[in-house]
Amino acid sequence: MSGYTAALKSGEAIFYQDKKRWLWLMSIVYPLQPFLGIWLYVKTGTEAWLLLSLALSYIMAPLLDMILGEDENNPPEEVVLQLDADRYYRFLTYLVVPIHFVSLIGIAWFVSTHELSTWAFVGLAIIAGLASGLGINTGHELGHKKSKLERTLAKIVLAVPFYGHFWVEHNRGHHRDVATPEDPASARMGESIYRFALREIPGAFTRAWTIEKDRLERRGSSAWNTNNQILQSMAISVVLQIGLLIAFGWLMIPFLLIHNIFAWWQLTSANYVEHYGLLREKDEQGRYRRCEPHHSWNSNHVYSNLVLFHLERHSDHHAHPLRRYQSLRHFDDLPTLPNGYFGSYLIAYVPWLWYRIMDKRLLALAHISGDLNKINIYPPKRQQIYARYGRPERLQPVVIEEPQAD
Amino acid sequence: MSEYRCPECGYTYNEQSGDEFEGFSPGTAFVDLPADFVCPDCSVRSKDEFERVS
Ligand SMILES: [Zn+2]
Repeated sequence: MSGYTAALKSGEAIFYQDKKRWLWLMSIVYPLQPFLGIWLYVKTGTEAWLLLSLALSYIMAPLLDMILGEDENNPPEEVVLQLDADRYYRFLTYLVVPIHFVSLIGIAWFVSTHELSTWAFVGLAIIAGLASGLGINTGHELGHKKSKLERTLAKIVLAVPFYGHFWVEHNRGHHRDVATPEDPASARMGESIYRFALREIPGAFTRAWTIEKDRLERRGSSAWNTNNQILQSMAISVVLQIGLLIAFGWLMIPFLLIHNIFAWWQLTSANYVEHYGLLREKDEQGRYRRCEPHHSWNSNHVYSNLVLFHLERHSDHHAHPLRRYQSLRHFDDLPTLPNGYFGSYLIAYVPWLWYRIMDKRLLALAHISGDLNKINIYPPKRQQIYARYGRPERLQPVVIEEPQAD
Repeated sequence: MSEYRCPECGYTYNEQSGDEFEGFSPGTAFVDLPADFVCPDCSVRSKDEFERVS
């Protein structure tokens, strides 16, 4: 097994081996898990096996996160450059791109060539969508890099869930506006995930289009141009999805509709939990201060991080967006989710439960300590939240008005 | 003609060459970039945080 040697500032030499090196292969295998259920169905004839993937993501993953727990192990800062440069890790992100196409096309082929109950058909369309939602995660990891190859692969893989605007939206929009009320991809305290989805999905598209249109206009062309990064990816989506329609017939219309919506929903879920209620402060000139580690929710749970390219170490990602997944670091005292993403999504899908668990965590964060002015609040719920949490005597620790510095 | 660098990710804006992808034509001075300019590669650092390197 390869390792990395580096010298500390003190001059002492250190040797670091990445224990997760081979485990990252799980991020590649994960989009193929729908085929495990399909294989068991073919073997046994029991249709319920087709839904196995849902159980793996929403029962097994949260349980494994609870059982295997968290991993706070970090690569030392001194070896991060070497770890980033190790081509093995980026090769995995290249390899998973065709796998997302295999997943969608394979499931589409299966549902159109087998007599299935309606619920099994719908279930598989949802499962295909959730697998393609992971494609957005792959596109996310690739799209943050500077190389032409990785950016191109990002556009290609984002075509699978028909989410070609994500590259522009996320890198140029979300990272700029994160944890502010201006960001359609940062959830507000008191905003349910369902309301959030209705703001996030159109808001993200509009912002991406505006950013891309501005860029193209600076270059002297209109937005309707082959240089449009959004249209490039969506052209691949159109070819892919019309191709499936021609190959497998009209059943592809409901199948792809459900698939696309659930792929987007997967991203909505991630966005919802990643910055819920967190708010950047403004400086003297009224501009938002730089995004800090305490502006993202994190999870160090081993299992779900391994299938999501370390996405859950989200604070380090926002501080250093170009840092590769294998090098993302854990820091102490960060906002922390109660489970990995899959378990957290389940909580988010039950809004009262989410508020019950998360509002307390949010108010207790060191940089907030009960101060509602430091929270991104959903405006229609403002009165209600103030009435509930706004009285200082009900807060732990007690809020003391700090004298304003001149 | 000067160069300005993003301290987070190393993106460099060269006034002489501009940035074709971003639509800043060669010769565009750094001060003439939009006031809300943020690093095109990392989006972490804003215009006033860029460092002049030459
Ligand atoms: Zn940068």
